[in-house]
Amino acid sequence: MTLLDVENLWVKFPSRQGVFEAVRGVSFTLGRERLAIVGESGSGKSMTGRAILQLIRPPGIVTADQVSLEGVNLMQKTEREMRDVRGKRVSMVMQDPKFSLNPVMTIGQQIIEAYRLHNKANKSIAYEKALSMLEAVSIRDPKRVMRAYPHEMSGGMGQRIMIAMMLIPSPEILIADEPTSALDVSVQRQVLSIIDTLVTDRGMGLIFISHDLNLVADFCDRVLIMYSGRIVEVCDAKNLHEAKHPYTRGLLNSLPRLNAPRKKLDVLSRDPAWSEAPSVSGRV
Amino acid sequence: MAMIGLWILILLVMIAVGAPLLAPHDPFAQELGNRLQPLWSEGHILGTDSLGRDLLSRLIYGSRITLYIVGLVALIAPITGLLVGTVAGYVGGWTDQVLMRITDIFLAFPRLVLALAFVAALGAGIENAVLAISLTAWPPYARIARAETLTIRSSDYISAIQLQGAGAMRIITKHIWPLCISSLIVRVTLDMAGIILAAAGLGFLGLGAQPPSPEWGAMISEGRQFILDHWWVAAVPGMAIFTVSLAFNLLGDGLRDVLDPKDSEK
Repeated sequence: MTLLDVENLWVKFPSRQGVFEAVRGVSFTLGRERLAIVGESGSGKSMTGRAILQLIRPPGIVTADQVSLEGVNLMQKTEREMRDVRGKRVSMVMQDPKFSLNPVMTIGQQIIEAYRLHNKANKSIAYEKALSMLEAVSIRDPKRVMRAYPHEMSGGMGQRIMIAMMLIPSPEILIADEPTSALDVSVQRQVLSIIDTLVTDRGMGLIFISHDLNLVADFCDRVLIMYSGRIVEVCDAKNLHEAKHPYTRGLLNSLPRLNAPRKKLDVLSRDPAWSEAPSVSGRV
Repeated sequence: MAMIGLWILILLVMIAVGAPLLAPHDPFAQELGNRLQPLWSEGHILGTDSLGRDLLSRLIYGSRITLYIVGLVALIAPITGLLVGTVAGYVGGWTDQVLMRITDIFLAFPRLVLALAFVAALGAGIENAVLAISLTAWPPYARIARAETLTIRSSDYISAIQLQGAGAMRIITKHIWPLCISSLIVRVTLDMAGIILAAAGLGFLGLGAQPPSPEWGAMISEGRQFILDHWWVAAVPGMAIFTVSLAFNLLGDGLRDVLDPKDSEK
């Protein structure tokens, strides 16, 4: 079943040197699955995520044939109507928890606010909800954490709190924009498994934006590989190591592997034809 | 030093509150036979003015007027500035341009001259003086608030709350205001001295508090005619203005050290 259907999505930034195209005609669908978007920095991964929520700052322009959420085209919604979509139906976890929590509000206040933005509930119900949500992301002492300020939290805790905050209005789609890249490896796995359990339990769709190919191969169902604003290849995550596109092969070969050690790692040689080639559709 | 300022101000508030108990005489009672008594004369520690009114009593009651003006201006100006500045900074575009150019127009005039013009237009009196001073005092607050807003609005946690579906109103009032307030508080305390001087200046020019009200600026103005022979009639309220302004400046300095996170790391 298709939750989100994106067709021919463009993000453009007019500048003095002409129009810069960050995302160039990307199409994909998302069901109740874990979809990964990978690519090097500047390939338009994050922009794609933000464009779905129409949170591109002016002067950026988003155009698309359609961005449909369960059949309703989001492109035709007004800003006010989009506010009901953001958070409640599509949510996003950002890269660095240190900067994505308001430093002068307690964590409790922020989670409760996130809940009450979309649910008419009194404070005590919201408080209970927030507590159980913190428990769901395996925060050990939720009562204390509710009273704490963001700077008192470690990075991993902060990211779990962000996830709790983004999932408390129970959205149908979660966009995770490199949620683990600011965390160290052992915490990464923990945060990922929490995302995994929550997403599977609630039957949500997940768009996982990352540059870590191995992580994505383990964690996701389907992978879109982006290069300079276009999708160059779509494949199942378990077949990622058999990918055919030279860019994907290049990315894979530039990573050291324990089971196949090499003296020298490959360096990506970019073919201008890659960015000229039309975008591959990720629609099912 | 900041503590000295704070104590002076606490003392001022206590004097203003307990004025009827502390004042030895009625500040309005004239006694023409006893006019222009020097300092330390019998029954009048600070002497009397040209109509034989006790200067100490007038000074004590005058503290109420000073606090009233400073208090009201310190409420009106920063709130107006905060509102204008955060809206301009957050919304941006044309709103920003229009609001900031209006701010610039107000900033282009010297404060006292603009206040004079407003009082002349509105009519003399304490309320109008408060209004006039507030009208001239808000633009710097608007600028500070806008500058703060510009840095805050591009931060990740504002994006985070945006993508949870919060509207502009909610973001401005709940997420931007609390972060602007500390810098505004410092500015307010540093501004208070200026506000007192502006109020006293208006009183001196006869455009603030009207006689017989014991406003300090007006008292100086009355004492001016006798300044060579009876200097204390002008000097006593002058000292009061000086002390209170200094106290506010000391406190403002101290508060800045406390509230500015960049300095506190030393």
